[in-house]
Amino acid sequence: MVDKIVFFAAAAACLAGAVGVIWSKNPVHSALSLVGTLFGIAIHFVNLGAHFLAAVQVVVYAGAIVVLFLFVIMLLGVDKAEQLEVDPLGGQRPAAAVVAIAGVALLALLAVRGVQVTTGESSKIAALDSGPSNIVLLGRALFTDYVFAFEVTSVLLVIAVVGAVVMARRAPKDEVSAQ
Amino acid sequence: MTAALLFAQVEKVATPKLDWAATAPLLILCGAALLLLLISSLTTSRPARGTYAVITVLASAFAIGTAGVLWARVTDAERGAFTTAAGALTVDGFSVFFIVVISLGIALSALLADDYLRRENLDGPELYVLMLLSGAGGIVMAMANDLIVVFLGLETLSIALYVMAGFNRRRAESRESAMKYFVLGAFSSAFLLYGIAFIYGATGSTNLGDIAGFLNANTLEHTGLLLGGFALLLVGFGFKASAVPFHVWTPDVYQGAPTPVTAFMASASKAAAFAALLRVFVSTFAEYRLDWQPLIWGIAVLTLVVGSVLAIVQTDVKRMMAYSSISHAGFILVGVQAATAQGVSAALFYVLSYTFMIVGTFGVATLVSGKGDEHHGLEAYRGLSRRRPGLALTFTVFLLAQAGVPLTSGFLAKFYVIGAAVDAHSYALALIAMLSSVVSAFLYLRIVVAMYMTDEEGAEPGPRVRVPLGAGVALGLAVAFTVVVGILPQQVVHWADRAIPVVLASGR
Repeated sequence: MVDKIVFFAAAAACLAGAVGVIWSKNPVHSALSLVGTLFGIAIHFVNLGAHFLAAVQVVVYAGAIVVLFLFVIMLLGVDKAEQLEVDPLGGQRPAAAVVAIAGVALLALLAVRGVQVTTGESSKIAALDSGPSNIVLLGRALFTDYVFAFEVTSVLLVIAVVGAVVMARRAPKDEVSAQ
Repeated sequence: MTAALLFAQVEKVATPKLDWAATAPLLILCGAALLLLLISSLTTSRPARGTYAVITVLASAFAIGTAGVLWARVTDAERGAFTTAAGALTVDGFSVFFIVVISLGIALSALLADDYLRRENLDGPELYVLMLLSGAGGIVMAMANDLIVVFLGLETLSIALYVMAGFNRRRAESRESAMKYFVLGAFSSAFLLYGIAFIYGATGSTNLGDIAGFLNANTLEHTGLLLGGFALLLVGFGFKASAVPFHVWTPDVYQGAPTPVTAFMASASKAAAFAALLRVFVSTFAEYRLDWQPLIWGIAVLTLVVGSVLAIVQTDVKRMMAYSSISHAGFILVGVQAATAQGVSAALFYVLSYTFMIVGTFGVATLVSGKGDEHHGLEAYRGLSRRRPGLALTFTVFLLAQAGVPLTSGFLAKFYVIGAAVDAHSYALALIAMLSSVVSAFLYLRIVVAMYMTDEEGAEPGPRVRVPLGAGVALGLAVAFTVVVGILPQQVVHWADRAIPVVLASGR
């Protein structure tokens, strides 16, 4: 019962956020509405017992990625009016309509014929089992079976730092050629 | 109370054993990269000329030294190959062979880079750091016993290469090549990752040993997922090895990247791609050989033909060599396609000899291009035999070796792969390989003719060519290897024969 209440509350938050993203005139408000959607999805994850994914969802998406969006919006200028009459890509709107209708049709099909068109069991809104929590399992996998992969990632981080410095540093001015 | 609870729940996780000796080459390369960064950030004055290059070369030499110790261990009949780090890495003759090839690629490219960076006023440790880390990524690919580790190795190798390609920020071509390489490379990584997901879906594991075990023990009712995985993995590896039709980035990136970096790309990076391809396909998917061999057959034919034909119409030497490196990838694929121990050993011999040939070739191109890395047209080589007879002779050796003229390692390399193809009854492929080698011989001879037989009267003389110490050492080593192995190949063949990859169960 509690599961269901939480589900509907989180789903409402997701939908409200999603509507907010396309409804608000100010891009900053759109980005902030996106946080609502992502947060709602994080609650869904908690509800399903996927605590690690919930934490990652909040830290990476609601945190880092939305901040990145905001950075870009601020850099481009918040108050720049967006020209909405002209599509940057031709045929965007009809394509969006087709995809939306197809999506709704798929959902309707699933709702009506559920079991017949999917493989496996229909989903339940509950944690799957009561073994060690998935954070424990993930932590164990990272430090046992995948410890080498985990450590190699640190080399990638070093490359990222060095690479960012190399690419961002200004070329010595003396003989910048304009080829 | 809480504290007591916390301690009560503490349970020691049994962390897997890591064989330090087996990972020593990796640790040395990464450690040297960090050392270079430390030196450059802690010292205020500029260190003596060539310090960074010397450290890089020493680190590679140490890595090769530790690889020698490992070689004695894995080829010992009683001890043999083993896995370490919970089955993430395989240490066998194959891994050790590629540790040596990739470390050689790093050392020779670093020797070329030393003078180049000073000439272009870009001196600093960053290129060496990236080269060392990129090489470490390549070694991870060659040793990997798990598809996730293969992927991480590939990313380590590639991301460093994207930056290295754009290292000369003053040249628009360099920046452009970095951008192209990055966008296409990221795309191909996605293919590889998708392929890994397919293979995991089909076999239930990412560990190569477990995959091979599963495929040997079970017959799949539906092979669609597995075959889809093969195709996607081939796209990922084919891109890195610049096999047609995944080659389109090669000419632009080889041309635009700083020439020593191009040398590194054509040697170490290509070697790593073939290492992963050989271990994953020839060893792990051996059971499904009949399914993937036709794919490789098709790719090999396309690569041979497109590489050698398009190379002829180029006028820029770096672009010519880019296309010729595509056709060489085709020859190595001929060895892969055979899918026999003989084919693998031939491919290994090819990779090792090609490393020396191509580093030498791009080494000469680095020197001839002159300040600004600009003179890559055929006209810059006109009359080189009069201005720099030694350099022209060196270049001729590399070109003839690439063309496959007897008494060079290039001839034997081609001979062995074609021999392996014939023994595996791929007669058509062997024939196509021979014909394409005839076609591409024209290209190499064209450069030789430009160097020796062109009258310099009338044509304006090319830039003055200087041969600095580092590049001279690299070229000398490359020529020595190409000629000596071309005449006395037994020892190298013996090594390649003992470096067949094995797939061991992870024992998890």
